[in-house]
Amino acid sequence: MAHSGISVLFEGTNFARLMGGLWTSVWIAVVSLAIGLLLGTIFGLLRTLPSRIIRFILLLYLEFFRILPTVVLLFLVYYILPRQFNVNLPATWMAVLAFSLWVAAEFSDIVRGALESVPKHQRESGLALGLNQWQLFRYVLLPQAIQLELPATINLATRVIKTTSLLLMISVMDVINVGQQIIEANNQTHPTGIFWVYGLIFILYFIVDYPLSLWAKHLTAKEEH
Amino acid sequence: MLKINWKKIIAGAVAVAGAVALLAGSSYLKPATVNAASNSSSVSAIKKRGTLRVAVFGDLPPYGWVNKDGKRVGYDVELARRMAKDLGVKPKFIQVNANNRVDTLNSNKADIVLANFTVTPERKKVVDFAKPYMKVSVGVVSPKKKAITKVSQLKGKKVIVTKGTTAENYFTSKQPGVQLLKFDSKTQQFNALKNNRAAALADDNSYLYAWVKNNPKYTVGIKSIGPKQYISPAVKKGNKSLLNWSNKEITKLNKEDFFTKDYNSQLKPYFGSEVKPSDIVLNNK
Repeated sequence: MAHSGISVLFEGTNFARLMGGLWTSVWIAVVSLAIGLLLGTIFGLLRTLPSRIIRFILLLYLEFFRILPTVVLLFLVYYILPRQFNVNLPATWMAVLAFSLWVAAEFSDIVRGALESVPKHQRESGLALGLNQWQLFRYVLLPQAIQLELPATINLATRVIKTTSLLLMISVMDVINVGQQIIEANNQTHPTGIFWVYGLIFILYFIVDYPLSLWAKHLTAKEEH
Repeated sequence: MLKINWKKIIAGAVAVAGAVALLAGSSYLKPATVNAASNSSSVSAIKKRGTLRVAVFGDLPPYGWVNKDGKRVGYDVELARRMAKDLGVKPKFIQVNANNRVDTLNSNKADIVLANFTVTPERKKVVDFAKPYMKVSVGVVSPKKKAITKVSQLKGKKVIVTKGTTAENYFTSKQPGVQLLKFDSKTQQFNALKNNRAAALADDNSYLYAWVKNNPKYTVGIKSIGPKQYISPAVKKGNKSLLNWSNKEITKLNKEDFFTKDYNSQLKPYFGSEVKPSDIVLNNK
């Protein structure tokens, strides 16, 4: 039979398990993005303040997470934290922790850049109206900065979703990990199963990531006109 | 114009160096051994918790894998279920790869490793092994058309291994003339061999027998190199409580021939008639 390999996807509970794996990946990405974007906004705002000490500390934080490969970061939180500091959470929460800190670092730089590129006269007009620092940020800078940072943020989101494929390194049952289990379990009955399983995973990631990428493209195009 | 931002580079370097120093420093302060008072993997702690956390493979039939109904099965998994039953608790499985078996114990993610863990002098320094329940040695599998039957044929050629396995260890220390191509999981290493990335693949011979049965174009040309080795449950260094219990449990299971039964139900369908139970199971009653 020419396409017998595809049946591997529908045997037993295989398809449901792959979907469960995808849910784990997406869930971790969404929760990490939510926490990371919130933290990142605060850090980004702090980095536009005049205090040199705060700026320096946050710069160290940003560079640390930007330089560190994500795999190393995952290993650090999964193996080193529990061993040295007795912090022991389930692997999914450890993944959320690592990803949130990473997203916060990357996003703080996006926010800083966006805030700084809001035209100077906007800030000055705000101050002239008698707004305080917080009001200036909330009503003048933030609304305009959000417009500027959206495409970069969506790009960051697609990167986070893609990077969840590294979670199998720390024993999280993500879609890739489940896929490998299925491939190995069915190797003798479905020798071509590997093609179909990875093929499906490819389509799943595409379905999740492509709309985001289209949206970013659309926003960028709108800005140029 | 390219402007190098030295301030940022130095800041980054300082951050990384600081973090490394901090981690290195703290590992000297706290070696990964068990403190009897706060042993979260002692027999009494496991009974109190009601679950035995076992590190197993998820992609290695017939030792530890997941069947199409999503159930974990295999030779190691059967042993894990039996041990949990005898402790009066439920098993909870933590899936690992070959090279994170030690860290899973050291970071308190699992109480015991039952993932085809071969006893070696290096590993004995970092974990405590209980009595063995299986024996193996390193074998080399290659395509039938270009079969490798002697180690000397591998000089200057590439050999595939999985990181953290005894095969990697053996080739690195004893066969420096062989180039190694290293992978993270069993899935990856066998795919690499099928894609002709190297002349041969080295791993524990028991996996290779099982794999060759389903891949008749390949042969285990070298059945055994290096010394004979044993597979044991492993616990965190210094976890006397669980170690003693495991030793007694293995002795008890040997007496009732549990491992031969386990072999017949889990391994036999994979190995075929080429291999006998006595090639794998230990007879130390």
